[in-house]
Amino acid sequence: MKKTHIIGIVIIALAIGIIMSTAGDASTYVSFKEAKELAEDGNSKKVHVVGRLKKDPAGHIVGMQYDPLVDPNYFSFILSDTNKLEQKVVYFNPMPQDFERSEQVVITGNMKNDVFVADKILLKCPSKYTENEIKAEDGKKPATAAL
Amino acid sequence: MINTFIGDLGHFSVILAFVAAIVSALAYFMASFRQPLGQDRLDWKLLGRGAFIVHVVAVFGIIFSLFEIIYSHRYEYHYAWSHSSNHLPTHYMISCFWEGQEGSFLLWIFWHTLLGLMLIKFNRKWEAPAMAVFAFVQLFLTSMILGVVIGDLKIGSSPFILMRDFMPDAPVFKLDPNFIPKDGTGLNPLLQNYWMVIHPPTLFLGFAAALVPFAFAIAGLWKGEYKEWLKPAFPWTLFAAMIMGVGIIMGAYWAYETLNFGGYWNWDPVENAVYIPWLTLIAAAHTMVIYKRSKSALRTTYLLVIVSFLLVLYATFLTRSGILGNASVHSFTDLGLSGQLFTYMAAFVVLAAGLMIYRWKSIPATQKELTTYSAELWVFIGAAVLCLGAFQVLVTTSIPVYNSFMGFIGLKTNAALPADQIGHYTKFQLWVGVGIAVLSGFAQVLWYRKTDKESISNALSIPLILTFLFSALVLLSGKMGWIPATDVTKEWIYVVLLVTSLFAVFSNLSMMLALIQKKVTLSGGAIAHIGMAMILLGILYSSGYSKVVSENMSGLLYSREFPDEMNRDNVLLWRNQPLEMNGYKVTYKGQFLEVKDFPDYVNKQVLFQTHDPYKALARTDLKIDGKVVHKTGDTVEIYPENTYYQVEYQQKNGKTFTLWPRAQVNPEMGLLASPDVKVFADRDLYTHVSSIPKPDEERTWSEVKEHLIGIKDTIFINDYVAVLYGLEKTNAVQGIDLNLTAGDVAVQADMKIFGEDKEYHIHPVFVIKDKLVGRIPDEVDDLGVRITFNNIDPVQNKFSFGVETTQKDYIIMKAMEKPFISIMWIGVFVMTGGFCLAIYRRYVEGKTPEDGMRNSKPQKRKAMVA
Repeated sequence: MKKTHIIGIVIIALAIGIIMSTAGDASTYVSFKEAKELAEDGNSKKVHVVGRLKKDPAGHIVGMQYDPLVDPNYFSFILSDTNKLEQKVVYFNPMPQDFERSEQVVITGNMKNDVFVADKILLKCPSKYTENEIKAEDGKKPATAAL
Repeated sequence: MINTFIGDLGHFSVILAFVAAIVSALAYFMASFRQPLGQDRLDWKLLGRGAFIVHVVAVFGIIFSLFEIIYSHRYEYHYAWSHSSNHLPTHYMISCFWEGQEGSFLLWIFWHTLLGLMLIKFNRKWEAPAMAVFAFVQLFLTSMILGVVIGDLKIGSSPFILMRDFMPDAPVFKLDPNFIPKDGTGLNPLLQNYWMVIHPPTLFLGFAAALVPFAFAIAGLWKGEYKEWLKPAFPWTLFAAMIMGVGIIMGAYWAYETLNFGGYWNWDPVENAVYIPWLTLIAAAHTMVIYKRSKSALRTTYLLVIVSFLLVLYATFLTRSGILGNASVHSFTDLGLSGQLFTYMAAFVVLAAGLMIYRWKSIPATQKELTTYSAELWVFIGAAVLCLGAFQVLVTTSIPVYNSFMGFIGLKTNAALPADQIGHYTKFQLWVGVGIAVLSGFAQVLWYRKTDKESISNALSIPLILTFLFSALVLLSGKMGWIPATDVTKEWIYVVLLVTSLFAVFSNLSMMLALIQKKVTLSGGAIAHIGMAMILLGILYSSGYSKVVSENMSGLLYSREFPDEMNRDNVLLWRNQPLEMNGYKVTYKGQFLEVKDFPDYVNKQVLFQTHDPYKALARTDLKIDGKVVHKTGDTVEIYPENTYYQVEYQQKNGKTFTLWPRAQVNPEMGLLASPDVKVFADRDLYTHVSSIPKPDEERTWSEVKEHLIGIKDTIFINDYVAVLYGLEKTNAVQGIDLNLTAGDVAVQADMKIFGEDKEYHIHPVFVIKDKLVGRIPDEVDDLGVRITFNNIDPVQNKFSFGVETTQKDYIIMKAMEKPFISIMWIGVFVMTGGFCLAIYRRYVEGKTPEDGMRNSKPQKRKAMVA
């Protein structure tokens, strides 16, 4: 066999290895129910959960806890996933500043002792990077509705 | 008054550029169609050239119009409104250009026009077929900013759209179609950075330059000139790889300096999208070297050059089609162009793949067997390692694409990017680094030596001895605690990377020294490899041994869920209250602002904010080196967006330094915190603010405590003591004239509060004006104290003051040490230098005839061996 063929075979083998390993590492979008089932099965793999913040009729977020004077690295909130299942989430970092304005939240992490420990929070704010509101005259007060 | 002329001019230019690109592509195609290379049909060729020049002029027209709209603050145009504002400094107006998708397409188009002109001027022989490819690409790119709607089909998104056409439903425009907003919404504050002025143009120049070798490769396949194209394409491939590399590093440096994820590389899909074609381009440059030497690897070279360009298109598709969705924080917003982008990519994939398959058999290939000691074999393996590295990143980055594709064919999948991205990529890329380090050192030595066992082991012996010596030294220094210690059993992978990188440095260094004596330009490869190895070493230490400094050392543990498992990387610092952490005594000392034409940051306490947020009154003299620049009461221009937090570090040896991490509370994007970095010889200290008390929240003050005191009397306020020194008449408060008339009086109390390490003057004012009493309180932010001058008791000669306190100011911050990060930045410069030498060498070679080359080579090699 020629050396180039051997190299070719090795390359293909490695490429397959990469694909297999990536498939193993890839995370999934799940609901809290599935996340709990995974944790009960002893699977500590980290998953993605998409959800919305629980709000009262006035639009205030409910169940959010962040007191930097007590512990700047402890932030907890309640997230309701796409099946409307509510779950307490703990994030061992300061609260993201624009958290209260966000609509949709994506978290990664896993369930531990009945709380979901998140190590990453991705916020989807309604107006992030896109201006969809025109502000009249002095550019201060929003005069019109969003598009 | 709405200026429609400039927008019409711009839009006309876009259409002209688009039409000219079509004409040029067709004419160049006809010029070369069924003609051998160099014997183009002159009339078609001249038409193609003329059309391309018209295209270039039109592109300049587009750029001029767009810049005029931004520069003149024409907010009737959506582009100016959404990307600029009245207070934006001129140099950042350039960045406005590429904040939007349309502008960044324009930037790409712009570089293609310049490169196209160079090709026309310097590569006459290849002009027709290569420029046909160029004009074809331009046709697609200009269509992206065309902004034409035919029925339901939207072709491109025009940057010249008027506000009233962009949002026709907005009530403002129903009331008054000629309404022009007074100010724009401004440039994304993260992009207001000098790196963002030069990083995108550099990266896009790299993207654009990748088209040149692709155009030559396609022209070569088309004309059946399978070898000739390499000569002009080689220096361009190196150029593209170099510029792309520099562009990537600029972006990394920007991220390091501006964002606060704590590093320079985050494996974000947008970063990866550029990293992938960069690796394959470098691989292509290496197979070109192999071909030069042994006439093999030609097919591989074709594949790599073509794939690199297609990957550039794929990168564009990933970042701009909105397909990444939740996966990336910073891809562009979806303009609804994904279909068009996909068509663009698919057209080139089909064209290139079809041509490649059609010509595959005719591309000459050698049947020569490579021996184990031939350098070409090892260079080839090196190129393969680069490609595998690119492949791995591609497979993972494309995960969101698989979801979309499965959704497209009707299957629902829920695959997400790995939760621990850094760990996932590092697992592979670290070994790519090891492979590259070993092979670059080994193959470089082999390349210029006789290929037998003895001379190779001779050439390798000194680098190997030095490698082991230095590795031992580094590990020992770690044990001694001079540098971060390596745990050999647990971190054996790091040891492998350390040893192999050092080997790459020393073996390439030995070759560099030998080659420089022969001919300086030959050493380009060796120098670039040294730079690459330095980058690997820098990454190994700065990322592998990054250490969090900001740990709370008070020993106080908060009892909540899992207190031990979690890293607690942020600390709360009260203003003026020092905290010990990991060898530093850190004190947060206050909030500062930037003042125009004043070099130092100015404490917010000495600036009295006016109703215009961009102007403030100086409450003391602002001095530089004892010279007064702004006097008390002067109005100064400020940049109110950014607040700088003064953080003082005291080292163990008593030396202090100050860092100014920055934060901006942006109504659209929340808290934008940028770090400040202290650069030491052996490490960087990186500090950023991670949270601040909410500025918009009304501070809650304690109940007012009344104090009736005389001159020289004291008041106790919590832990502080305040003394009343005297009273004086005044006419103005905080620089504002009170317009006192006869019978009016204003008295200002002169008080001093003794804080932890500083005394503060505080001047509450008591006013009687038009027989009404007014009280103007004064505050000390540092202490959270507010004093109101309530009353004067002329009988007892005593004065009444109301004292309130509030929570003191604090920040929550995070600090990290990044050892030896400077080695990485230096490595970038070394690598770029090596690239420059290599480009020069290949450019000169490209101009000399092939025969001359062949004759001179054996002599050169003999000379090397001797």
